[in-house]
Amino acid sequence: MVPLVKRQTRKGKHPMSEQKIIEIEVLRYKPESDQAPHSEVYKVPFTDDMSVLQGVQYIKDNFDGSLTFRWSCRMAICGSCGMMINGIPKLSCESFLRDYYPNRITVEALANFPIEKDLVVDLSGFIEKLEAIQPYIIPKEPRTLEQGEYIQTPEQFSQYIQFTSCINCTLCYAACPQVGLNPDFIGPAAMALLHRYNMDSRDGGQAQRMELVASEEGVYNCSAVGYCSEVCPKHVDPGNAVNVNKINAAKDYFLRFLSPKGGAQ
Amino acid sequence: MGGWWKKNPFYVEYMVHESTALFVAAYAITLLVGLVRLGQGEAAWNGWLEAMKSPLSIVAHLAFLVAIAYHAFTWFKLFPLTMPPIIVNGKKLEPEVVVGSGWTAAILAALALLGIVWRIAA
Repeated sequence: MVPLVKRQTRKGKHPMSEQKIIEIEVLRYKPESDQAPHSEVYKVPFTDDMSVLQGVQYIKDNFDGSLTFRWSCRMAICGSCGMMINGIPKLSCESFLRDYYPNRITVEALANFPIEKDLVVDLSGFIEKLEAIQPYIIPKEPRTLEQGEYIQTPEQFSQYIQFTSCINCTLCYAACPQVGLNPDFIGPAAMALLHRYNMDSRDGGQAQRMELVASEEGVYNCSAVGYCSEVCPKHVDPGNAVNVNKINAAKDYFLRFLSPKGGAQ
Repeated sequence: MGGWWKKNPFYVEYMVHESTALFVAAYAITLLVGLVRLGQGEAAWNGWLEAMKSPLSIVAHLAFLVAIAYHAFTWFKLFPLTMPPIIVNGKKLEPEVVVGSGWTAAILAALALLGIVWRIAA
């Protein structure tokens, strides 16, 4: 934290009089030795430009090197540093210590996921869900190289662009009580990505994906709490993708009587 | 997961607005009972009308009004979440416009209904 002292002396203020200290209560869990997670409190000196992620990094650098958490880009792009901050799922890189001071803040692993260690959760279930939705274009009409690229108008592009913004931070899963009640629920982010491909004019895989949408693990697990869209740092609005697909699944169910080929089974 | 909804004010509000559905059901049942009583003849119908005038019934109806108004408020608030996006002139309608149109339609429908009832009563 050398830059911190430097900045204060540069301004000509006494470092000690300016130094603010915030208490960070961190959920700790070592699977090899701990029966259950417990919390530990650290007193962290901070400046106004420090994020919660930087606070946690300070703890790792100065108090306990074994503290484990994920992070990468520090600018809300990579989606690695999601944590429960005072019980709210947030990216710790874009949450600032100054907004919580002088109160103590609690930092915990994301809710609704098994904890691997400290603030790191096991995302394997989420990865399986991502795979299950077939997150790639299944061409409507296969084209040869000679036939050239798939053409798409800006209007067609605008149909799905919003749902491409997901960074897989899984804050929406931590926000969703239905994911907590039924971990098999495909959930908001995976459903938003499914919707992204279904809405793509080049894609023809909708019929395959709709089976999953209408299944036991599908959209009807959602009770429209809407907190997923509220916490999404990228304004993907995954809740809308889930709810629009309730309508799509219902349409499929009833329209199969009219068109015997496609639809839910 | 027991008591999950107490952990976050957002969930508490969700439980409150979902539970107002019980008031909607209670009011619907009240009206249904009235319909059944109407079918049972004049005396039964007048009895139901009297029951509706009791202080307990008036308090209950005030509670229905407040709960159902809040239910309607949150129902429209969920429109942007639950409805497919509406595209006008190549642009997605803002959530406020969607919610506002819902309210406008509901208020117009309520006024029209009131007008019709007023006419029949007069």
